[in-house]
Amino acid sequence: MDSTERYLVGVYDDDEEVVAAVTEVKNSGVKIEEVYTPFPIHGLDVAIGHPRTRIPIAAFMFGCLGLICIVSLISYTMYFDWPMIIGGKDYFALPDFIPVSFEGTVLFTAFGMVGTFLVSNSLWPGKVPRTFDLRSTDDKFIMAINMAKNKKSESEIETILRASGAIEVNVKQF
Amino acid sequence: MSHVVSPIRETLVSGGKSYHDVTNDICKQVEGEPTKEWKIAFGVSCLVFAYGAFCLGYTWWQGIGVWGLNKTVGWAWDITNFVWWVGIGHAGTLISAVLLLFRQKWRTSINRSAEAMTIFAVLCAASFILAHMGRPWLFHWALPLPNTFGSLWVNFNSPLVWDVFAISTYLSVSLVFWYMGLVPDLATIRDRAQTKASKFWYGAFSLGWTGSAKTWARYEYVSLILAGISTPLVLSVHTIVSMDFATSVIPGWHTTIFPPYFVAGAIFSGFAMVQSLLLITRVVFKLEDYITIEHIEMMNIIITVTGSIVGIAYLTEFFIAWYSGVEYESYCFINRATGPYWWAYWMMMTCNVVSPQLFWFKKIRTSILVSFILSVVVNVGMWFERFVIIVSSLHRDYLPSSWAMFTPTMFDIGDYIFSFGLFFTLFFLFAKFLPVINMFEVKSVMKGVSTNYPFKKKASGEKEKETVH
Repeated sequence: MDSTERYLVGVYDDDEEVVAAVTEVKNSGVKIEEVYTPFPIHGLDVAIGHPRTRIPIAAFMFGCLGLICIVSLISYTMYFDWPMIIGGKDYFALPDFIPVSFEGTVLFTAFGMVGTFLVSNSLWPGKVPRTFDLRSTDDKFIMAINMAKNKKSESEIETILRASGAIEVNVKQF
Repeated sequence: MSHVVSPIRETLVSGGKSYHDVTNDICKQVEGEPTKEWKIAFGVSCLVFAYGAFCLGYTWWQGIGVWGLNKTVGWAWDITNFVWWVGIGHAGTLISAVLLLFRQKWRTSINRSAEAMTIFAVLCAASFILAHMGRPWLFHWALPLPNTFGSLWVNFNSPLVWDVFAISTYLSVSLVFWYMGLVPDLATIRDRAQTKASKFWYGAFSLGWTGSAKTWARYEYVSLILAGISTPLVLSVHTIVSMDFATSVIPGWHTTIFPPYFVAGAIFSGFAMVQSLLLITRVVFKLEDYITIEHIEMMNIIITVTGSIVGIAYLTEFFIAWYSGVEYESYCFINRATGPYWWAYWMMMTCNVVSPQLFWFKKIRTSILVSFILSVVVNVGMWFERFVIIVSSLHRDYLPSSWAMFTPTMFDIGDYIFSFGLFFTLFFLFAKFLPVINMFEVKSVMKGVSTNYPFKKKASGEKEKETVH
């Protein structure tokens, strides 16, 4: 097998249409690789059949990690390593530690979650994207169909795409 | 798919724009040669920055003895400016996070520049923190780092240490929030880029973004959670700033109303600053279709609401000073209003309490010129508020023989000028090289808010989309 991958690319020019088209194309038995849009469209990932994202779980975990780290740091420094009476308070003056614990939690949540997001989508500085159509970041909605994963012939799929409202159908090889 | 908007809402994007028009209008600024106006404005801000940098450099070199501080007034312009800038910074987060949680679609045209403003304002604030440390090269002593003094750790009971954590967390989280919002738009510019340099730079910073449905689905959760954690974060930041004062035992500072009062003041001044900047940006970059009178009116309404909260806080403080029966507290407030700093107090009262009330008149709050003037007036007032709180509480302490006045030196003033130079230099760079309006968010709400949205009819005669305006 040669290393090129062959894609059929349907171009749509309306966000509501592309959601309807995804369902239509899927019902015709075509496997959709991915849809590229210039802005988020609610329900599109569900229509394609992507599993629900687990980013919120990662965010929560990072938040917990942040809380544990920062509370450990504070208790180590203020209670174990160099206990000092400050303002007549306990060594471990819990209410005073709330602000910093909160900030630490937020910091870890934000950076951990964004890091997870970048890694899970394999986004990094200088990455050259696999672009199906340059207009997908402007005003067009692009449906990519991997020919290797579909049994139907190209002309069949093209007809289905056109019927679902695609204004153009192109071939793209990588 | 519903793009339903309440029928009483005005349209937020005028001029019957299509998605492609949005891309063109916003990218034009980034792709074109800088205009003459931009060059002049940028040149002036660089000069201001250079003069400020000289003053700040001198301050760092000589020490903070070059300021007009004395034994009685040990905190003056440095902390005033710090609190002022941090407060201004709050509006960006408020607009992008709180209005996102409340699903306020009008935020989409203004959140990008407001967030940029947040970051630059917090940087300006940080410059005063560093300067007032006296020995800025030892700033890491404020961090809990192992050291050869014991290890001697920072005091986590102290609001000043809370502040270090709050400000640095706020700055870095805001930066991440802003950058994540920029990535899809940078990809748009990358995909249109003509020159080699812009292909390289926008390509590098857009992280290989493609806008796949899977990425967007995750992205929306990331934005939502960032907004969710930024909201309490922004409130915590100014709460902690206010605690720098409120946990002391100085009459005039030792009040429990400070946290909510400071947060309201921060939103108030921040929205005023966003208003000033946007009114200029929309004219210079011809963005009248995106930043409409409706946006300006909404901002003015928030300014009125927060201004009124601030006004009530001023009156409450006064009442409590009397009602508490503490002589020192009462004297402090009487001295504020009638003592040698009466002019600062009444400046603050006029600018912050009286002037925003003019926005009750629809004619005034929809007038661009008046909105601009009042937004500047509000920020002048908010600077005086901090000055009044800080200096007028300090200058007459318990011992009348040590009473003193504060006179700023050219370095107090110069360091303040530095922050303006820094702020505007960064803002102009941002306005030239980055999209000033969040293109993808505007596109995502356009169907509900743009005039004549179904700008094109399908040739095949598909069902007419129903768009409620």
